[in-house]
Amino acid sequence: MELISPTDLAKEKVLTVQDYVLFCFQTVANLFRKPLYFADMIQQADTIGVGSLPIVVLTGFFTGAVLALQASNTLERFGSITLVGQLVSTSMVRELGPVLTSLMVAGRNSSGMASELGSMVVTEQIDAMRALGTDPMKKLVTPRMVATVFMLFFLAIISDLVGLVGGLAIAKLLLRLDARQYWANAWETLVFQDIFMGLIKPVIFGFIIATIGCFYGMNARGGTQGVGRATTQAMVAASVLILAMDLIVTRFLMATLSYH
Amino acid sequence: MSAPTLPLDSATVPTHDISAPVIVFEDVKMSFGDNEVLRGVSFHLPRGETKAVFGVAGSGKSLMLKLALGLIRPDSGRIVALGEDVTQMPEERLFELRGKIGMVFQESALFDSLTVRENVAYRLMEEHGIYDENIDRRVREALRFVELEHTLDLNPSELSGGMRRRVAIARAIITQPELLLYDSPTGGLDPVTSNTIIELIVKQRDVNKTSALLVTHRLQDAFTMATHQFDKQNNRMVALPPGQHCDVPMSFLVLRDGKVIFDGDLHSLANSEDEYIQEYIS
Repeated sequence: MELISPTDLAKEKVLTVQDYVLFCFQTVANLFRKPLYFADMIQQADTIGVGSLPIVVLTGFFTGAVLALQASNTLERFGSITLVGQLVSTSMVRELGPVLTSLMVAGRNSSGMASELGSMVVTEQIDAMRALGTDPMKKLVTPRMVATVFMLFFLAIISDLVGLVGGLAIAKLLLRLDARQYWANAWETLVFQDIFMGLIKPVIFGFIIATIGCFYGMNARGGTQGVGRATTQAMVAASVLILAMDLIVTRFLMATLSYH
Repeated sequence: MSAPTLPLDSATVPTHDISAPVIVFEDVKMSFGDNEVLRGVSFHLPRGETKAVFGVAGSGKSLMLKLALGLIRPDSGRIVALGEDVTQMPEERLFELRGKIGMVFQESALFDSLTVRENVAYRLMEEHGIYDENIDRRVREALRFVELEHTLDLNPSELSGGMRRRVAIARAIITQPELLLYDSPTGGLDPVTSNTIIELIVKQRDVNKTSALLVTHRLQDAFTMATHQFDKQNNRMVALPPGQHCDVPMSFLVLRDGKVIFDGDLHSLANSEDEYIQEYIS
């Protein structure tokens, strides 16, 4: 294996970040340039959104259920087991709903976009598209970004709701709590800041998922091996970036929305 | 050997000075890292002519086509395509220019998520938005030209290599471009299929008078093109007597070590005293 000097490695990483930022800028700028590919956006929304629905529902349900189960153990010690609904709803809406949904969608779609676009690059289909007078950034990247941002927003809401249902199932069947009390607790505890935080995150994470997947796909080099590498890198980079962004966004929103 | 009927029968309409060459390369240099692929390539392609480009693998033949189309920018030098300097043009304007140029890629590069119909109609669909009767007629004409009208609703994965290459030709000629770029259109194909494709290229050259740059490893294909003409009456390619070979709008260009070592007609190529060329064509 060829050894790379730390300086070259650092330069390479900085260059990749620079290229990614320019790529994101161009993706957004294309929203204001004709043509806009609405049909492609709808097709991608179906693939990304409707296609991801089963895994998002399953993830949300089991996360809510296990959250209720884990919380019950601690709350019982303080005689506050009735607060399970509050804990599940704030955790799901503020954090676990958006983050876990995004991670699942990243696993499914970021890698999918990287492999699809990467295959198009190595088989010269991207060059053919440019030769036929179409900008691949407009035709392939921007519709995927719009579709992912739009659909992840709704997928996160569905995940929150299904998570609460998962928590309810545990609360009712195992903890023998009253369902109405669970729902009342879960609903009343939510404030504007919780919902705002829970809705802004999927928008940011959706942008990361699509742009990272497309970026690695469009920069795939070296045949099928390169496509495989791009797929793995896209999935890893999107997941890590989502978790890192989650911390930054949470801290920023807690400071700006005057959380107590 | 007979060619399919009903070509896209209107000749190419030039959009710039008809006496000017369709492609000009002026001292074009291009490197990838330490590998200097083109070291000052200069040539021009007159209107209506087909130029066959030869050279060993890795000599930069396919790269020249991508440079001519503005898909890659050279390190230095100037490239003019259809009167426009592609080395200075922004990408947005290049998309317009590429509308007048057709390219057939080495491995066809058909969009595998689209059917044959959608692949061939791609450029027209991009221009007009919807697939209407007029587009359907032109798609059928283009596919009839390459004898593949029956494959309209098939996916590229269902076609053989030769059929994919012919669909790629149909996709390139559907808008009657002024200039066609062929990247090894017969590479990896059997002799019969290769002959069919060469006949289609000759037909496009002689019937529609389209200028073309053709990259190939197969000398016999280029020699066939230089010694045959398309007979529109009988709808087939016919061999010309030796004295009439100079009537064919065909020239040859040989690359070696990143430089042009030959640029001329069949007669000059056959009589070249350069050892490398003699060895290459023997």
